[in-house]
Amino acid sequence: MAKKEILPLKQETDIVLIRQRVRQSAEVAKLGLVSQTKIVTAASEIARNALIYGGGGECVIEDTARNGRSAVHLVITDQGKGIEDINKAMVDGYTSGNGLGLGLSGAKRLVDEFAIESAPGKGTRVELWKWR
Amino acid sequence: MPASVIAELLQQHERELLDEWVTAQRLAGIRTDLVDEETVRSNSQELLKLLTVAAAEGLDDLHSAHWTPVKGMLDRLSRSQSRQGFTSSETATFVFSLKEPLFARIQAQCANPVEVLWDASKLLDKLGLYCVESYMGSREAIIREQQESMLELSTPVVELWKGILAIPLIGSLDSNRTQIVMEALLEKIVQTESDLAIIDITGVPTVDTMVAQHLLKTVTAAKLMGAKCIISGIRPQIAATIVHLGVELGDVVTKASLADAFQMALKELNVRLVSATAR
Repeated sequence: MAKKEILPLKQETDIVLIRQRVRQSAEVAKLGLVSQTKIVTAASEIARNALIYGGGGECVIEDTARNGRSAVHLVITDQGKGIEDINKAMVDGYTSGNGLGLGLSGAKRLVDEFAIESAPGKGTRVELWKWR
Repeated sequence: MPASVIAELLQQHERELLDEWVTAQRLAGIRTDLVDEETVRSNSQELLKLLTVAAAEGLDDLHSAHWTPVKGMLDRLSRSQSRQGFTSSETATFVFSLKEPLFARIQAQCANPVEVLWDASKLLDKLGLYCVESYMGSREAIIREQQESMLELSTPVVELWKGILAIPLIGSLDSNRTQIVMEALLEKIVQTESDLAIIDITGVPTVDTMVAQHLLKTVTAAKLMGAKCIISGIRPQIAATIVHLGVELGDVVTKASLADAFQMALKELNVRLVSATAR
């Protein structure tokens, strides 16, 4: 079952591909339509952040299980300049660019488990879980 | 001089080379579903003739004028093969399969085969790569054409009623497309003097913060021009996602379906539709 796929994240069209793959993965995990849309949207947000602020990276999609429930597990990494203050970045409406400032905090609310690691100059790693 | 040696070999053994070359191509696998052996043979013959002429003038610089006919022919061939559905290796194999028969000749006929072989190999490599390049070039041209036609396809602004526009969005909205959609809508608002525009997102699979931001900007821009926007086609899963994302749609009017939005727009214009037959 545990199928793992690594997708590149170098340009905007890669985000489209990642969304499609995450949707397939969510279907494999038999997530409901709302949950599918949620994980796809969260992936889209995080992938766009990694591309715009982190200069691109990669996305690992895994069909797996969590506590006996089928699940989608995503790890999106970039080697960009990292986030200085994660707490601040997680606040609704805060953005260092010109977006709405809801990507990170919104993505966290869309998934079942959310983990972010980042340090200035070290890039950013975001882990997303959505299970059945 | 390797150049003249190769040219001479090509000329003297044209028939044998052609036979062996076509055989080599057959062994490498001719796509019989796309091309018959007759065509392969005539293509090979044409290239051999052109090669003979060009090789006599010197092998080193493919950019010089006497190589133009050869390059022109390879260009044409690669382009048409790319459109017909050949793979790039199948296209390159056409040139590369000449190596075996040509090398065998050189080995048999030349006093110093190594030097000549090296030159012949360099030449065929360059020509093979040239094939791949023009194959790729034509593929890229096709992709560009398709991208452009998709950009156009994705932005039909339609007039539903005098004063009511609708724009059914389909597919994923990246910044490039959304920009075009927005401009098309604003232009049409001026053109048709419309007061109401319905943006239908039934065909948009994902609404993330960027898409939401683009939609909000479009609505605001339309408002500045005195037109009111209604966003329709918000499916349940999209609604749930937007709420969790925390996107505030503010005072943007939204409707579940295009029909609802149209009905509302008619009401705004004080238009009432009645059945033609009395009930």
